Amino acid sequence: MSDLGKYAPLTYFQLMEVSLRELLVEKGVLSERQIADTVDDMRARGPERGARVVARAWSDAAYKRRLLADGSAACEELGLDVPALRLVVVENTPAVHNVIVCTLCSCYPRMLLGLPPDWYKSRNYRSRVVREPRVVLAEFGTVIPAAVAIRVHDSTADMRYMVLPMRPAGTEGWEEERLAALVTRDSMIGVALPTAP
Amino acid sequence: MALAEALFQPGERVRVMKIDPLGHVRTPYYIRGASGVIERLCGRFANPEELAQMRDGLPPRPLYRVRFLQREVWPDYRGGRDDTVDVEIFQHWLESA
Amino acid sequence: MGGLPAGSVERTEHDYADWERRVDALMVLLSGVFGGRKLMTVDELRKNIEALGPEAYDAMSYYERWVTAITQTMLQRGVITTEELARKMREVGERGAG
Repeated sequence: MSDLGKYAPLTYFQLMEVSLRELLVEKGVLSERQIADTVDDMRARGPERGARVVARAWSDAAYKRRLLADGSAACEELGLDVPALRLVVVENTPAVHNVIVCTLCSCYPRMLLGLPPDWYKSRNYRSRVVREPRVVLAEFGTVIPAAVAIRVHDSTADMRYMVLPMRPAGTEGWEEERLAALVTRDSMIGVALPTAP
Repeated sequence: MALAEALFQPGERVRVMKIDPLGHVRTPYYIRGASGVIERLCGRFANPEELAQMRDGLPPRPLYRVRFLQREVWPDYRGGRDDTVDVEIFQHWLESA
Repeated sequence: MGGLPAGSVERTEHDYADWERRVDALMVLLSGVFGGRKLMTVDELRKNIEALGPEAYDAMSYYERWVTAITQTMLQRGVITTEELARKMREVGERGAG
């Protein structure tokens, strides 16, 4: 697993990781194969999976209803496995804009969207988006009109949240694949809107 | 075993207890003492305060999504009047408001 | 942490290092997400991260906090002992230096 051309001494924590892993393997708790497979598995999970879900919801009203009722089941319907994920999808409307945060740690629908960005896990985001969401969104370049209410979801328990953004205007008749390309990770967290066509 | 009784209904006004016990707690500091409205019963879940201490946290207990008006949570809130924050809170942290 | 004064959000994103991805994988596997033996709960992990104290946010990176908390949990659960960890860390350290 090391790149022989770029040897650098292990930090204390990297040393801990290697040691913990080797101990667990020696004890038969895990295998190196399992760990490597899990790394690969997590790598394969990314925002494009959420984008497919959003594009389908934009295209199919009945699917959208199912998605809002049971997010995980709706993902699995599209062949997107989401083990142990209790996904709740919240819909942006002309009246309400949703934003997701985990102020207590960094809960995120990883099994659908993959690993969260650093900023989502940062002290600054977690402290401020719950208190001054409009200011934080403006820092992301997203200005929500005063007439639209902002609804912040703090994921404190087992549910994981994802925003269903509003479908951009000018996309009538678009195929799902084309729609999915407009859906960014940040629009599913709620700090941004989907890309305009 | 009978399900733990859900004491609160959607639409009911509740207040989050302003207490600061030791141990692992999933009720954020900023919402303790605040009042909001039950948005829904999320279900019944094992108690994370107990799970953190290597106990099973059973029987599962009611967890609610509670909706708070931001202007009632933060004295200096300058966003929209209808801006809200939804927080998932266990029944044992809530009392009628 | 919600509501505390803080600076502007740095929209940093780093490509996760291999060791960080392995820590993440350990968390996923040990908490039984993929159906294996569940050796810890995320609640124990979070409790151990909280036990690191607020300075940990400045002193340690995200996965440094995680690897510490996972290791603490394994010690608390008796999956590994401090002695085993010490011996292994010395062995790995010497191997790396060789």
